[in-house]
Amino acid sequence: MTTLDENAKQEASGMTRRGFLGFLGKSAACVGAIAGASSTIGATELVHGKRGFQQNDEQFAEAVNNPPKVPDYNWNDHEWAMGVDTDRCIGCLRCMEACKMENSVQMDAFHFRTWVERYVYLEGSNTAVVDSQSDPKNIENAGSETKFRFDNRYRNVKVDKAFFVPKLCNQCEHPSCVQVCPTGATFKANDGPVLIDTTYCIGCQYCVQACPYGARTFNESRGTVDKCNWCYHRITKGLNPACVEVCPTGTRIFGDRKDPESPISLFIRNNHVQVLKPEMGNAPNVFYKGTDKEVV
Amino acid sequence: MESVFNHVTPHIGFIYPNESDMAWTQLIVIYPYITGLVAGAFVVSSLHHVFRIQRFAAVSRFALLTALCFMFFAPSPLLFHLGQPTRAFNAVITPHWTSAMAAFGYVAGFYVCLLILETWFAFRADIVAMSKTRTGIMGKVYGWLTLGSDDVSPHALAIDHKIARILAMIGIPSACGLHGYVGFVFGSLKTREWWSSDLMPVIFLLSAVGSGVGLLIVLYVIVSKFRKTAIADDTMRGLLYVLFTAITVVMVIEGLELLEIFYKAREGVETVRELIMGPIWAGMAIQWAMSIFVLVATSTMLVYDVHGKRLVTWLFLSGLAMMIGVLAMRWNVVIGGQELSKTMKGLLTYYPEMFGRESLFVVGIISICPYITLWLATKLLPPWETASLPSRT
Repeated sequence: MTTLDENAKQEASGMTRRGFLGFLGKSAACVGAIAGASSTIGATELVHGKRGFQQNDEQFAEAVNNPPKVPDYNWNDHEWAMGVDTDRCIGCLRCMEACKMENSVQMDAFHFRTWVERYVYLEGSNTAVVDSQSDPKNIENAGSETKFRFDNRYRNVKVDKAFFVPKLCNQCEHPSCVQVCPTGATFKANDGPVLIDTTYCIGCQYCVQACPYGARTFNESRGTVDKCNWCYHRITKGLNPACVEVCPTGTRIFGDRKDPESPISLFIRNNHVQVLKPEMGNAPNVFYKGTDKEVV
Repeated sequence: MESVFNHVTPHIGFIYPNESDMAWTQLIVIYPYITGLVAGAFVVSSLHHVFRIQRFAAVSRFALLTALCFMFFAPSPLLFHLGQPTRAFNAVITPHWTSAMAAFGYVAGFYVCLLILETWFAFRADIVAMSKTRTGIMGKVYGWLTLGSDDVSPHALAIDHKIARILAMIGIPSACGLHGYVGFVFGSLKTREWWSSDLMPVIFLLSAVGSGVGLLIVLYVIVSKFRKTAIADDTMRGLLYVLFTAITVVMVIEGLELLEIFYKAREGVETVRELIMGPIWAGMAIQWAMSIFVLVATSTMLVYDVHGKRLVTWLFLSGLAMMIGVLAMRWNVVIGGQELSKTMKGLLTYYPEMFGRESLFVVGIISICPYITLWLATKLLPPWETASLPSRT
């Protein structure tokens, strides 16, 4: 018994030691990554101004004209969808920053492919006060055009209920943006995402008007419209979209609905999910858990 | 920090982050305005050509030229607005037919062709006459413009007249279609509460006719003053009737539209109220004040059977007021619709740029162009002198 006990003790202490070492290693890696990332951002910002870590125009043109070939990918085999568990979102905005970097979204406060909204019910109020990271007060508080933060404006008031809602393109089944595009430059891919052929878009911005969710934005310098495509270049290689990848709390769930065991299939099966503005008839493909009557 | 807020449209409440970069601005305000002037001018021209209403004979050819010159510039605000103007023809080469905008190239192109054809038939006898009398370069130009057809026998002129009439008949539904269609581009968008209305095409069409008649009144009076010719009382009375009809119907339908929004009182109706009281209050005030002025002035002129100089003065003012009112209405629709956030929880206040690709300066240039073109067109094809052609009825 004693031997067994000691063995167990040793094993336990060994586990702890292993765990501790692992933790140390991970911490070091994290610190390194953060330091590395921030120094890269800092350095490029210094050199190139606010669009530092983004694709430059030549790189963009190259990516558009010679899109990478993806072998072994058949878009008929997939049906991508996203889930958002709003109970988990902490409003850290890493998703938004990752998206801006990954997709060369304009580095300012009014062009986004994804964003986060904050809903706050003040004590005794029946309606929510809403703001997003591009609220002027939040920008002023962050003091930067590239690093967005929610300010702490509610610290001295009593709050009944508060939550964050990440938003992005809903890649609708019946997308009104595709309906109104006069040239067919934007289209619904067979595997779900609504894509834009930026070599064919005329920049009329009718789609920007037609999107009920405000998910589309105009890129002045390219003269074409920009929108979330669930990082199509990543998902076709079997990776997660950037926002899903960086989310520290698992708020965003992504996967293939054709695979019954994929995270998204399980998320939809195991939760009561809703979509935004169902009355629009767009049939969104982003499914929300734990939203509220105030969410628009 | 200034650079952050440089291009952001100031707002109150909550708007989607992407909304603060307003998509359609003052260029899209004058686009429906210019097409509207075309539709209105064309209707007056058709009242003579199709219905043979003689009181409009004096202005019918001038109205036709006005419609043509304004139509030339109708697509230009769109071209200035496009992010990729060189690709504009993509919409014509590969139209995506589910889009309300896809047919624009065809509708506008068809209408321009129709106007050119009708103008040619309406002016052919004059062109032939001038190709024979004028010398030098202009003689040659008129010679080319005859397209080799210099038969001015009564029989040939009768055929001209018939064809012009048929073209005008086709033109009426086309003009209505073109402008109703512009209204549809806005009215069919379910996302914007301020636009999404079945009445929108009708409102656009009727206000277009009103503004076009207004333009014609203003131009007719100004041109007559410059040419030192008498202003036909009969013609002015006719224009008064059309203007009165237009303003009455427009005001009723616009009133109904507002009534419907507030009576239905869907989610966010308080924000609509705040929009009218807030960002577009000046536009709404101008629109309705001008409308009421036109209604009162035209009604009074009808009641008191006003003729002569007083008719000219007051109808001129009414026409001008109609044009200003409709321009304000276009602003209220296009800009107001976007100032009301899609969240229905916030309002933006748009301030136009002075200089730049989409600025008031460009708007000013585009707005002046049709008038200059019209002045040149009347030099080329004088629409007034019909005395040399006694056979014209």
